Amino acid sequence: MLERVAVPAAPPVRRVTVTALLARHGAVVALAALILLALVATPNFLSMRTLNVNLTQVAGIVIVALGMTLVVATGGIDLSVGSLMAIAGALAPMLFLGRLVPLPAPWVGVALALTVPVLVTGAFGWFNGWLVTRYRIQPIVATLVLLIAGRGIAQVVTNGNLQAFRNPAFQVIGLGRLLGLPVQVWLMAALVLLFAWAMRRTLFGRQILAVGGNERAARLAGVPVSRVKRRVYVISGLCAGVAGLVVIAINSAADANLVGLGMELDAIAAVAVGGTALSGGRARIGGTLVGALVIQMVRYILLALGVPDAAALVAKAGLIIGAVWLQRQGRVA
Amino acid sequence: MLLEMDGIDKAYGGVPALRGASFAVEAGEVHALIGQNGAGKSTLIKVLTGYTRRDAGQVRFRGQDFAPAGPQAAQAAGISTIYQEISLVGQRSITENICLGRETRRFGLLHWRRMHEEAAALLGRFGIQVDVRRTLASYPTAVQQMVAIARAIAFQAALVVMDEPTSSLSDAEVQVLFGVIRQLRAEGVAVVFVSHKLDELYAVCDRVTVLRDGRTVQVSQMDGLPKLELVATMLGRDLSSVARAGATAFGAKRGRHGAALLAVQDLRAGPRVQGVSLDVGQGEVVGVAGLLGAGRTETARALFGADVRDGGRVTLDGRDFAPQGPGDAIRAGIGLCTEDRKAEGIVPELSVRENLTLALLPRLARAGIVDETRQAAVVAQFIKQLDIRCAGAEQPVGQLSGGNQQKVLLARWLCTDPRLLILDEPTRGIDVGAKAEIQALIRALAASGLGVLMISSEIEEIVEGADHAYVLRDGRTVARLTDAGLSEHAVMDAMAHGAHAGLHAPMLDAHA
Repeated sequence: MLERVAVPAAPPVRRVTVTALLARHGAVVALAALILLALVATPNFLSMRTLNVNLTQVAGIVIVALGMTLVVATGGIDLSVGSLMAIAGALAPMLFLGRLVPLPAPWVGVALALTVPVLVTGAFGWFNGWLVTRYRIQPIVATLVLLIAGRGIAQVVTNGNLQAFRNPAFQVIGLGRLLGLPVQVWLMAALVLLFAWAMRRTLFGRQILAVGGNERAARLAGVPVSRVKRRVYVISGLCAGVAGLVVIAINSAADANLVGLGMELDAIAAVAVGGTALSGGRARIGGTLVGALVIQMVRYILLALGVPDAAALVAKAGLIIGAVWLQRQGRVA
Repeated sequence: MLLEMDGIDKAYGGVPALRGASFAVEAGEVHALIGQNGAGKSTLIKVLTGYTRRDAGQVRFRGQDFAPAGPQAAQAAGISTIYQEISLVGQRSITENICLGRETRRFGLLHWRRMHEEAAALLGRFGIQVDVRRTLASYPTAVQQMVAIARAIAFQAALVVMDEPTSSLSDAEVQVLFGVIRQLRAEGVAVVFVSHKLDELYAVCDRVTVLRDGRTVQVSQMDGLPKLELVATMLGRDLSSVARAGATAFGAKRGRHGAALLAVQDLRAGPRVQGVSLDVGQGEVVGVAGLLGAGRTETARALFGADVRDGGRVTLDGRDFAPQGPGDAIRAGIGLCTEDRKAEGIVPELSVRENLTLALLPRLARAGIVDETRQAAVVAQFIKQLDIRCAGAEQPVGQLSGGNQQKVLLARWLCTDPRLLILDEPTRGIDVGAKAEIQALIRALAASGLGVLMISSEIEEIVEGADHAYVLRDGRTVARLTDAGLSEHAVMDAMAHGAHAGLHAPMLDAHA
């Protein structure tokens, strides 16, 4: 129908620079380096026990970071995840111990404890999304509300008491094994696959990237921008709830002061190290997994070498700065 | 020579944008830089102004090797740039925008009174009287453009680069700008002037450099250079083939009216739309003309459900149509190609595939899962049909030239099989070749039964391309022009004088 009027462009030649390569795969390179370091510097790294310890600890970060990846891909951020974990962690024991509702049978309590807290944190996530979309509050401010209030809610619900418990049925999600690996690792793997598939194949995944990449254009192309945003915060809330349950199951105790403390930073760091642009429009689920593993390895190595926890925080900050720098290199290249 | 660039190479992600381009500017001349989209104009300017680094080649500025580390370094060296998209801070005052980066201080504090005076004096040179304390965003685009120019000049530049400075200015404002350019030339400042409007180049430029496919293909004096030759060089075409073509590529009009599709009566929306009435029939191209601020874009947005409507009646196929958002309009079979591709059209980091199918995606998905086979088929079909030049469906759309981005956006709507397409400045900022393709495409689409509402600032596009046209003025429809009545003179007359006052009531009767 149309005539060509210009000379067609020459076939493009792909030239890949080292920095561009690093920007794409920097997290994988960093992870490999850290594993090598761990092999050399820490004793007994190559054992099933060490593997399980690391996987057990990383599962919570990964689950929260998955939800965070979606939020960040829309150009937002969710600071409330750690506090939402505390809320889920506070509610679950009260449910299976029968403190909130009378239990006709023990399994009812476990069923309630595995579902209700997650739905509650999902609802809090919806509240975050509602603040962001209805009142156009900046996500960092909107989710700050629950970062502060959420932990307060968890403390009020439990009167600030530590809830210690032993409930094997519930604690399967933290202490159970399947084919030699902890149950929560399987849960994490399943969620990673689900999220990766959803980002690639579903309408919702494409719309998340469009909203983060150019919100005005997405709106004019018929993308329900507010709905997409509300949903990512709900998903982030759900993920935080699941992670909260896993953490208290591992510890056999729920302390509203400590569950999920600082998790928002770990999750954001995992997302950033994994190569998801903090400005939105890009989501790397696999990257987030690798990013979380990098953070876990840093934490593990520092712990194994006897470096205090406080110093580990500085290392984490360095990681985020490095990741963001690499991302920028990738943009320019 | 003030500036000499030689053998400049630059590639983006392996795709060459410049291949040994050269460019030379003398002090005190106005030098036109032209070429089709993708010819390398923007890249050459970005290399010059330090936004990007060249892969190879030499640049000498004021007799010295020149390799600016960034835009600020270039600015400090005496090269100021005014970009097509205004790159100022809307929420700050005009003074702050003009003085940003070179604030006057007294006792270590900002000397506000002196800065306000300076800003007002600079704008006064262009005959613009505004309150420099108010925020930039509270002024129309044309004023913002003048502020950008004032800012560039305030830096005591030896070379001012203007990348399509007139694209958002009215004719009177363009004349003011030309006055400023001539004044700069008299002061010995060199001006590089990038524009797609040939008349402007002839009006103000001394010499011209033509780029094509990343190479410099012609450098000559503007005086005595035939327009046709310039166009032919730019397109890389034979002179005779250009001579046969008209000023636009719309081709023959249908000259009859199709069955009613969209009817708008007394539409009101916000301050800019105060009573717009128009009709679009099936298979018609309907033009909407008007000066800047006449309410054309706002009318399009209100029809599409992107802005809230205050009043009036809109019917689609004879039924009341009141979309609550763009989603409703899309489901009803309407598409809107926005004026501002970058801000409201493309999602730059996403691929051609994702951008092209963004509006269609809900229909390509079953139970929320996108059917990638069908998606790939749609994308392949439209890349071929519209001749979208890209490295492949997975190339980020931000890397394409403006004309090809526009084709992707057209395809975004065409693949939804719409009945009505609203095009806001469909050929703005794209090169002559792609422009002709898009104009021919608009006509072909109408011939296939699609109703097209085409907003354009180019009068010949309205006159040659539209079956009938409406002229808006201050948010109201002031003229409906058909057949022989649709002439450049009539359009301009209506823009200027509003034709016959209070026309909309009888006008609607005329073709009811």
